[in-house]
Amino acid sequence: MRKPRLVVVGNGMAGIRTLEELLKLAPGMYDITVFGAEPHPNYNRILLSPVLAGEQDFDDIVLNPLSWYAEHGITLHLGKEVTRIDRVQRKVVAADGTEAEYDRLLLATGSLPFILPVPGKDLKGVIGYRDMHDTRTMIETARVKKHAVVIGGGLLGLEAANGLKLRGMQVTVVHLAGWLLERQLDPVAGALLEKSLRERGLDFRLNTSTTEIVGNDAGEVAAVRFSDGSEIPAELVVMAAGIRPNTALAQAAGIHCDRGIVVNDTLQTYDPRVYAVGECASHRGVAYGLVAPLFEQARICADHLATWGIGIYRGSAVSTKLKVTGIDLFSAGDFMGGEGSEEIVLSDPAGGVYKKLVIRDDRLVGACLYGDTADGAWYFRQIKDGSVVGDRRDTLAFGETALGESGTAGQDRAATMADADEVCGCNGVCKGTIVKAVREQDLFTVDEVKKHTKAASSCGSCTGLVEQILMNCLGSNFQETPKTKAVCGCTTLSHGEVRQAIREHHLVSHAQAYAFMEWRTPNGCATCRPAINYYMLSTWPREAVDDPQSRFINERAHANIQKDGTFSVVPQMKGGVTNPSELRRIADVADKYAIPMVKVTGGQRIDLLGVRKEDLVGVWRDLGMKSGHAYGKSIRTVKTCVGSEFCRFGTQDSTRMGIELETMLANMWSPHKVKLAVSGCPRNCAESGIKDVGIIAVESGWEIHVGGNGGIRTEVARFLCKVATSDEVKEYVGAFLQLYREEAYYLDRTVHYIARVGLDYVKQKVVEDAANRRALYERLLYALEGLPDPWAARVAGTQAREYQPLKLDRQIAVALED
Amino acid sequence: MTETGAWVRVCAIEDIPLLGARVLERDSGDGIALFRPAPARVFALADRCPHRGGPLSQGIVSGDTVTCPLHGWNIGLDSGQACAPDVGCVRRYPVQLRDGEVWLSLLPVAQAAEEAAA
Repeated sequence: MRKPRLVVVGNGMAGIRTLEELLKLAPGMYDITVFGAEPHPNYNRILLSPVLAGEQDFDDIVLNPLSWYAEHGITLHLGKEVTRIDRVQRKVVAADGTEAEYDRLLLATGSLPFILPVPGKDLKGVIGYRDMHDTRTMIETARVKKHAVVIGGGLLGLEAANGLKLRGMQVTVVHLAGWLLERQLDPVAGALLEKSLRERGLDFRLNTSTTEIVGNDAGEVAAVRFSDGSEIPAELVVMAAGIRPNTALAQAAGIHCDRGIVVNDTLQTYDPRVYAVGECASHRGVAYGLVAPLFEQARICADHLATWGIGIYRGSAVSTKLKVTGIDLFSAGDFMGGEGSEEIVLSDPAGGVYKKLVIRDDRLVGACLYGDTADGAWYFRQIKDGSVVGDRRDTLAFGETALGESGTAGQDRAATMADADEVCGCNGVCKGTIVKAVREQDLFTVDEVKKHTKAASSCGSCTGLVEQILMNCLGSNFQETPKTKAVCGCTTLSHGEVRQAIREHHLVSHAQAYAFMEWRTPNGCATCRPAINYYMLSTWPREAVDDPQSRFINERAHANIQKDGTFSVVPQMKGGVTNPSELRRIADVADKYAIPMVKVTGGQRIDLLGVRKEDLVGVWRDLGMKSGHAYGKSIRTVKTCVGSEFCRFGTQDSTRMGIELETMLANMWSPHKVKLAVSGCPRNCAESGIKDVGIIAVESGWEIHVGGNGGIRTEVARFLCKVATSDEVKEYVGAFLQLYREEAYYLDRTVHYIARVGLDYVKQKVVEDAANRRALYERLLYALEGLPDPWAARVAGTQAREYQPLKLDRQIAVALED
Repeated sequence: MTETGAWVRVCAIEDIPLLGARVLERDSGDGIALFRPAPARVFALADRCPHRGGPLSQGIVSGDTVTCPLHGWNIGLDSGQACAPDVGCVRRYPVQLRDGEVWLSLLPVAQAAEEAAA
């Protein structure tokens, strides 16, 4: 059977990115033909400005060399502009008569510069700034001519002006609006930018419109005249007053266009065989001119071309950066603010730093940064995540630094780091390694950097730094992590969507879940299987079947795997209280099984390290103690202080409270590990301030704090409420944990969950709504009731095979191995 | 040694959990991990991740790969190769399913091919 034919019109970033994504999903599915009007292979158009500025050569910015097309069997027509689409015979025709038939057509014709309709616009020396040809014209003109006028003070215009200035020309920028980059900056930041560009020798005419371009006798541009009648000399005029989607070809073929070629959420035009991506496409009334949205479109479009038909494009949030070396500005979201929004402004005009953050409904909605943009990626992430600002408001303007992280040697500014500085403390990856990988392997996303360098792939505390490095390397080519991230490569559904499907459609088995949600893989992967397993168990307790093969080894074997393949065993010791009999048994077990290390843990228990897997069941039997669950995404331990029974400061019996809570929560699975502590007085010896649930006794009752974390990033628990009795402690704590169990995404700690939904929401559900609290609490008790202790179950014979290695008959083995 | 003599019966296929693995212990050398990614398919690899020696038999099996429990490398069950961008490979052992029984040769694949060539 003949392969279907895919023709791509446009050899730019959007079209080729779509092909790359398609080749990843369905290599060899199509016979592919590409038409490019320019005589070059696909290059990174965004980096034309560094080429103009003399910082890079053309070869540096080529994304796919000719050999790439050959390797993938793609027929490439360079320098051939497609002039006609014949939708009846399903073929495209180029200016030179070259034809190609298609079964699917992808339009990626990009955009054209908007040329002001003024007299003289066709004179020699009047150019746009879109492609390599324009760039070369500018470079050559700069060699022999002196005066340049750039019309338009937007991103492109300023980059052109900066490049021409560096190449020795006198440059004047003419701008219609009252300040530069009026679509990316507010007036204050615009003025700062203007000041620093003036210091570099650029001249500006703001609030000015161009009325005529004056020519000389040879038909070359000689001057530019303005609305106020004044005139300045010009031998080169660069029109950078905007772009418009290149829709001529589609329009001529009768495909519906408005501002651009109109596409639906699957990037399909009104002709179902024809798709459009990139600057030429108009999606929900928006035609994007930045690269990140184009890449998102490319991914979705490829998904549909590969006939997977899952992805939906819902539009993009965009951020911008100016690629003028030495000038840092960043903006994203709704940075102008206005009614109903609040602003946090940090302004230091003398130091050249300006930050404006716009907040609406307690969420960051926009940011405009000038002079110090290191936190741009961090702010942008929060804008996209819509996370609640809450009491971080005080430190928000100071950026990510103000939060503190471990494992990155206190480094938090990618730009100031040397190549040899370590970024990822877990995997020993330094900045230079990441920069090299990004450049040499053409990485665009944090996920790609994780895969190739391993940076940020373990604990993840350096993700922000990696994101910054990537951003610095790529400029606005940076592709942000999408807002609703898919669970893994097996699906396009997010964690929230998966949870919802499991709840609404009563999915209780893996096979059912993968079939219903149209998983791309037959049985998921190591990332999604444990998540799905948890979601089903927590949504349908006593109904969903726990699949041991979908659990990480620690939860499957009920012990913690060590680097040499042995395991650690931590018996339950409620509230950290033990007795001579237990201690004797622990000592006997350590002797009997020759356990190499016995250690006291931070959670007030005893850890037996280096146990061989086949000894686990025997160890558990001889210990005669319950599992401490020190290995699972589950309840861990309730740390306590001595409390009022012995301590002269203690106000309540914190030890007994801890034991009661640990008893209540035994065997509880959760999205991530859950640690509790109960302190008997505000001196807080049990460290309640850094626990998922921290309880502090006071004379009149108990304070409950939630969302603390002592790990990668220290987070102080936040006050939830104060209650009077220990029964209330159990009800409120149980309700909070059940809310977390039902709503948090897999592998989110309580701190992440609260950051997503807001503490007010938690208070409303758990503190204010008494009926809801009791319902949550009862659902928790229902889910936990009757759960067996996993060690006792295994001593009784459950999952026996898991712990038994296979052995060969000894004589056969000897004979064979000799 | 005859060719058939190198094959040895290890267990019944049902002794290996579906989407799981068992490890065959040997007196000398590393164990051999036997994977069962589908009801009637079985693969055998040295039980040692090329990255830091993690026990592959303890990993999560999905599709035709196993994910090492220590640092998450993915190893192809039929090739023994680490999935890109990681680079490395694990020794493979010939394994067969005969009447629901798993038969294994203790000579690794490459070694067996070399001996056949010699």
